[in-house]
Amino acid sequence: MNKENTVPALDLEQDTPTEQTIEEIVASLGDTVGQTRVDNPKMSVSNVDVFYADKQAIFGVDLDIANNEVISMIGPSGCGKSTLLRCLNRMNDTIPICRVTGDITLDGEGIYSKDTDPVLLRARVGMVFQKPNPFPKSIYENVAYGPRLHGLNRNRADLDDIVVNSLRKAGIYEEVKNRLDDAGTSLSGGQQQRLCIARTIACSPEVILMDEPCSALDPIATAKIEELIDELRENYAIAIVTHSMQQAARVSQRTAYFHLGKLVEVGDTDTIFTNPRHELTENYITGRFG
Amino acid sequence: MRTFNPEGHTAHAFDVELNDVKHKVMTMGGLVESMVHNGLQAVLAMDESLGLQVMEDDHQANQFELDIDEDCTRILARRQPAASDLRLVITIIKTITDLERIGDEAEKLGRIGVKLSGESNVPTYYNDLHHLGEHVKGMLRDALDAFTRMDVEAAFHTAARDEAIDKEYANFSRLLISHMMENPANISHALDVSWCARSLERIADHACNICEYVIYLVEGKDIRHSNLDEMRKKLL
Repeated sequence: MNKENTVPALDLEQDTPTEQTIEEIVASLGDTVGQTRVDNPKMSVSNVDVFYADKQAIFGVDLDIANNEVISMIGPSGCGKSTLLRCLNRMNDTIPICRVTGDITLDGEGIYSKDTDPVLLRARVGMVFQKPNPFPKSIYENVAYGPRLHGLNRNRADLDDIVVNSLRKAGIYEEVKNRLDDAGTSLSGGQQQRLCIARTIACSPEVILMDEPCSALDPIATAKIEELIDELRENYAIAIVTHSMQQAARVSQRTAYFHLGKLVEVGDTDTIFTNPRHELTENYITGRFG
Repeated sequence: MRTFNPEGHTAHAFDVELNDVKHKVMTMGGLVESMVHNGLQAVLAMDESLGLQVMEDDHQANQFELDIDEDCTRILARRQPAASDLRLVITIIKTITDLERIGDEAEKLGRIGVKLSGESNVPTYYNDLHHLGEHVKGMLRDALDAFTRMDVEAAFHTAARDEAIDKEYANFSRLLISHMMENPANISHALDVSWCARSLERIADHACNICEYVIYLVEGKDIRHSNLDEMRKKLL
């Protein structure tokens, strides 16, 4: 189990020495402030609860993810933002004690329905992780792996095209074009992360989920990834979890603030960072938390 | 209405920085308030030394503007404030521009006080100038109070007084014109006084701006360029 998912209870004990249960505190937070719904959503989360065994990590979240938009999810450790992100391509299926209730749809179809193949779902909803995690294979093979698995290419030439295009879109092709046979792990951290983004793009996803994609990178590599996110927005719906509020402010059009597993406020990034409506959002983004 | 508290950051040094810069603005406000008082007094009493003092004080007001601007730039660069902290820094940057201009207007009053010193006759319209001056001083004081307390209600009611001051200024200008028409020998003196009235009216405008910034800071709503009714609607 991911360490982050064990944090809410600890945070709760520190923040609230009273006898209140987490359910009572969450209930006291009130309804989500702001518009959770958008026109023509790519993905739609409705009344989602997530439990790790008997511990509830997400409480009744409603949220839409729009096409051609970056939505950032922010909040203190243990607020459930990564848990929710992982629900969006069923990564939580790999955690035996994790239970998800409510509806999550992709183009109007429930992703938790029995007909949905999680492997195919993850091709449509790709994910980039906190730490660059290239396969112990060549740069070329890292990118070719997904398309080959999903049978996206008819022949080697097709595969070459997919690899080159994906590396181009990820803004790394010029740096690696003469060393495609080198190991993916031989690249720098920032390059590895862009390689992972290329690997995600290669499967022709419709949505890209990013879980703190820059937290292990230096400022220059971070700037390159952010530039890339901005370009990718033209073709994909992107949801990004980040601990850097400046990053959320820079890259996203909408921002969602989570607290103790509850979606507290969602709105235009401009509004959230200049005039948030919920006191908890205000406290968090102005550094008054804890 | 919302409340505003510049304290409570996890990084206490940030609290200190914001409080320091806010206090500097309040000190600058106190300085320009006394400059307006002394400038008006210099004109009314035709007091050369008081006029010279106001002109001297203007250098200090200018220096405040430079210092506070630098503090704000440093805070923006180092803290990247957001939400109410960001609005506070923006509000301060804008407020000190208005305070500095109020200082400039007060300096003009002082300069005219110096020019008029030596005149022996006190014209009848001095009463009206005094009246206008007291109104403007009261409005400036209340605007600065609203800033200090971050009080939206007080800011709104203070801003609403600008209209009455504009009317009083217009009436006073008409009065001065009639004096000039009565006796061309009055023209030179009446023109100087007209400049003073103009400065006072401008000071009220700047005070009104400060009230608008306070409302922006606390409520996050930009009510500039709105009439009173529109302001009320935006604040509801």
